[in-house]
Amino acid sequence: MVLAFKNETFRDDFTFSNSPAAIRRFPFPFVEDKYMYSVNIEPHELGPKGSVYEFPIDIDEHYVSEMRDRALVLDADPGRCQALPHMITAQWDMLELLMTSMARDYPEHFSLTRDGNQWHWINRPLGIDHKFTFGDVATLPYQPMEYIGRQCQGDFSIQDQRDGQLWMDAGIITTQADWSLDFDVGMNFFEWHAPVPLAHQAGVFDRALKFLLNMQHGRPVRRLNWTMTINSRLDTSPENYHKWGIDRTTVTPENVGDKVHLRVELQALWRLPRSNAILFSIRCYMIKMRELATVPKWGRRLPRVLRTLPDEIADYKGLTRYRQTTIDWLSKYDDGAPTSLGGGPD
Amino acid sequence: MTASFLRTVRVAEVEPVASRIKRFRLVSADSQPLSEFSGGSHVTVCMKAPDRLIRNPYSLMGSPSDTSSYQISVLKVEGSRGGSEFMHERVEVGTELEISEPLNLFPPAKIARKHILVAGGIGITPFMSMMGELEALGADFELHYGVRSLGDGAFCKLLEARYGKRIHVYLQDQGQLIPLERVLANQPLGSHMYVCGPKPMIDWALRTATLAGWPDENIHSEQFNAPPIGKPFVVKLTKSKREVRVGGHQSILEALEQNGIDAPFLCRGGACGQCETSVAACDGFIEHNDHYLSDAEKASGKKIMICMSRISGDAITLDL
Repeated sequence: MVLAFKNETFRDDFTFSNSPAAIRRFPFPFVEDKYMYSVNIEPHELGPKGSVYEFPIDIDEHYVSEMRDRALVLDADPGRCQALPHMITAQWDMLELLMTSMARDYPEHFSLTRDGNQWHWINRPLGIDHKFTFGDVATLPYQPMEYIGRQCQGDFSIQDQRDGQLWMDAGIITTQADWSLDFDVGMNFFEWHAPVPLAHQAGVFDRALKFLLNMQHGRPVRRLNWTMTINSRLDTSPENYHKWGIDRTTVTPENVGDKVHLRVELQALWRLPRSNAILFSIRCYMIKMRELATVPKWGRRLPRVLRTLPDEIADYKGLTRYRQTTIDWLSKYDDGAPTSLGGGPD
Repeated sequence: MTASFLRTVRVAEVEPVASRIKRFRLVSADSQPLSEFSGGSHVTVCMKAPDRLIRNPYSLMGSPSDTSSYQISVLKVEGSRGGSEFMHERVEVGTELEISEPLNLFPPAKIARKHILVAGGIGITPFMSMMGELEALGADFELHYGVRSLGDGAFCKLLEARYGKRIHVYLQDQGQLIPLERVLANQPLGSHMYVCGPKPMIDWALRTATLAGWPDENIHSEQFNAPPIGKPFVVKLTKSKREVRVGGHQSILEALEQNGIDAPFLCRGGACGQCETSVAACDGFIEHNDHYLSDAEKASGKKIMICMSRISGDAITLDL
C-alpha cells in the first residue's frame, strides 16, 4: 500500500485533519453506550485489511508530519527520551522489532537488508539510507531506541522485568496524554499507575501485572485507551501544561466540532526476546468531533458514553470543563436509536 | 490465553555429557527460524509416550546470541514419571519434537552489581545461557557448582576453559561442599544470588542467604520439579459439571487435558501462576507443591496450582 503523507501541524495553527478513509479506520474505543475500566486486553493479532490492526505497527497518512513534530519536541526537551544503562539490549530488541515489521508490511516505504550484524535500513518518506552494525551503538547517530523511535509513529516505553515487577526503565515519549517519562522513569507498574482512579480498588492492576509477567515472545497483546484533547495537539505533556492546559477553557458551543478531539491510544505490548523486557507502544489517533459525527453510530454513542461517565474518570481525563458543552453539541446526532455492539462503524 | 504456542524441532545431535546426562541439540523443523531468547529461559518439550502426553520444562543452554539451534540437557531420573526416561530411551538424532516458545522465569537482575550463581548437579543448565548473556554484557559474575563427582559434572571442563577463575567446582566425592556462608560474606552491596538444583539444596541456599542478611529481592531460585506422584483421586468441576479421575502418576492438569478439558497453564512447574484455580470444596488435604502461592494462600485451602499440586483424599471440587 502506498500512503499519501499529509503535510500538517499539531501545534500553533493546528492544520491536522483526517481524510475520509482515515475517519473510517479510526479505532473507536467504545463497544457499548457506556464506559468503565476493565482489563480489556486481547491478542494483538492481524486485523482486517485497511484497519489499524492490519499490521503490528500501523503507519498512516500522518506519519511524516508526526515525525516532524516529534523532532521538535525532542530538540526542545531531550528528557522526553531516556534509557537506564541496563536497557541497551532491550533497545536493540525494539529496533529489530520495528524495523522488521515496517519493512515487511510497508515495502514501498521502508526496506531492511540484513547480512549477519551488518544492517542496511532505508526509510524513503524521511529520506534516510543508513548502514550500521546491529549491536554497535557507535554506528548509529542516536541510541537504538531513539534512532528508530524518531522514525516510527507512537510513543514507546520499555519495561525491565525483575522481582515479579515491571519497571519503566526506558522510553521515548512525545505524544503523551498528560504523563511524564521524566517523572515515571524507574518506577514500577503500580507506582506509575498510582494516579488512576477506581481501577486499583477493582484489582485491575493486580490482574494485569500477573498477566504481563507471563507474556510470551511472539504473542503480543493490545488494548485501547482514550481521552479527549483540545486542538490537535500531540504533545499534551505535564512539562508543557502551561501551553495547553488553558485550551480547555476555550471550548464554546460554536467551536466544539473543530476544537474537541477524541484521542485514542492503541496500546500494544510485546515480550522482547533477548532482553526479556516488555515493549509498550502507545499509538495515538485523534479525531475531531465534526469528523467523528460523520459516522452515525459514533455520533449516537459518544454523547451517551460521556453522559454516563463517572465523575472521577472525567476528572482524571481532564474532561470536566468541556464535557457538557461537548455532549450538547453531539446530542443533535443522537436520535435515540439503538446502537450495535462493538466499536466499528455499522 | 491457555495453551502456549508449539514449534516443531528436530533433534540434530545427542551427546552423553556426564553419567546419566544427555545433551540434545534441536533445530527448527517448521518454516520459522528459532526465536532469540534471554539468559535463564526454558522451553517445554512435549513427549508423546505410548499411554500419555508428558510435557517437561528444560532450560536452554546455548548462547542466547546463537539461534541456529537450541540445546537442552536431560538428567535421567529413575523411578520418575517417565519424561527423562523418554528423552533418554526414545529420542535420537532425527526425532521430531514439539516445544513451546522460550519463557524466562529465571532472568538475571540486570541492575545487579555482581551475580553469584549457585548450581547443584543438573541445576547448572539455566546458568549456561545466563553466563553467556552476562559475559556479553561485561557483567561481574561467579559460579559455584557442586557435583557428586567429576563424572557427574557436566560441562566442568568447558566452563573452566571459557570463564577461568570465575568458575568454582566442588566435588562431593572429594568431600568438597560449596562454602556458601563464606561466598556470600563481603560481597558488594547490590549483589544478587541465584540458585538452581535439588530442592534441599535450594532450601539450604535460600536459608543461608537470608541468615546472612541478604534481602529477599536479591535472592533468586528456579527449580523444575515434575509433579510429585501420589494416590489417585477425583476432580469435580463446577463449571463444566464433569468428574475426572487423576491417576497416581498424573497431575490434575494432565488428567484434565487427557479428558479434553481446556485449563490454563504456562510453565507446568508451579512457578508462573498461570494455572491458579479456585477450590470450591475438598474432601481430603491439598498437597501444595508450587512456588507461587503464599503460605497464607496455601493454608486457606481456597487456591490450588493444578500443574503441580494434588490431594491426599477422595475428591476435590474446582471452579473450572
